[in-house]
Amino acid sequence: MSETQVHRIWIKATPEKIWDAIVDPEWNKKYGYAAPQFYELRKGGRYHSVPSQEMKDYSAQQGWPLPDVIVDGEVLEAEPPRRLVQTWRMLMDPTCAAEPFTTLTYEIEDSSPGVCRVTITHQLDGAPATANMTRGNPDAGAEGGGGWAWVLSDLKSLLETGKVLTQA
Amino acid sequence: MTDELDLVFRALADPSRRFLLDLLFARDGRTQTELESELAMTRFGVAKHLKVLEEAGLVVTRRSGREKLHFLNPVPIRQIHDRWIDKYTEQHVTALIDLKRTLEEEP
Repeated sequence: MSETQVHRIWIKATPEKIWDAIVDPEWNKKYGYAAPQFYELRKGGRYHSVPSQEMKDYSAQQGWPLPDVIVDGEVLEAEPPRRLVQTWRMLMDPTCAAEPFTTLTYEIEDSSPGVCRVTITHQLDGAPATANMTRGNPDAGAEGGGGWAWVLSDLKSLLETGKVLTQA
Repeated sequence: MTDELDLVFRALADPSRRFLLDLLFARDGRTQTELESELAMTRFGVAKHLKVLEEAGLVVTRRSGREKLHFLNPVPIRQIHDRWIDKYTEQHVTALIDLKRTLEEEP
């Protein structure tokens, strides 16, 4: 079954700043799920994300096993600061981990002066469990279950105000 | 931010546009022709509504070969939630919505 999710937001920041916020672990650990993500920015380069301290504490407290790498994938295209294409597989949940790699594309385009349009296109063919997770929880009160919409809102908040949404 | 959300609220103010969003929520990635078949409206009318939704960022279009596919972008809705719902005590809002639902369901 073919499934594509598209998420778009406008952010008042330079494309370089947005690019860094996506690919630099010092930045990307600050918003969204706050798990640092590491990129080897060349075709065929490795992508992986490791759990945040909060995730480790929480899973230890719940007695759940947590892998050392929670998301993995490969860089397919890297054109800073405009376009990033990568594969993406969620490893935190065994059902998702057993699904095929999905394809994630980030596009950063100039919109009005000083404003960029950021679009995430996630091709999730054959990965229904992963699609459920990235779509976010329909219950608006479920913090952290917000999927890409929540991640992008948080990225915008961080770049424009210097604060993530939970601090606002 | 205010201007962006103005566009979103204006786009959501129309029932046909909300219906188009519901259609895309049920199944994403549809062509305009597919969407037209669900509405009692001219082709031009549907195109106009889709344009308003796209300008508000609620719909994103992607080309796939010859076709232009329409996707629901949930981000602006999320921003409304962050801006308006989180700010006030969410519990009270939920309680009132529940109350309304309960009262309306009563025969």
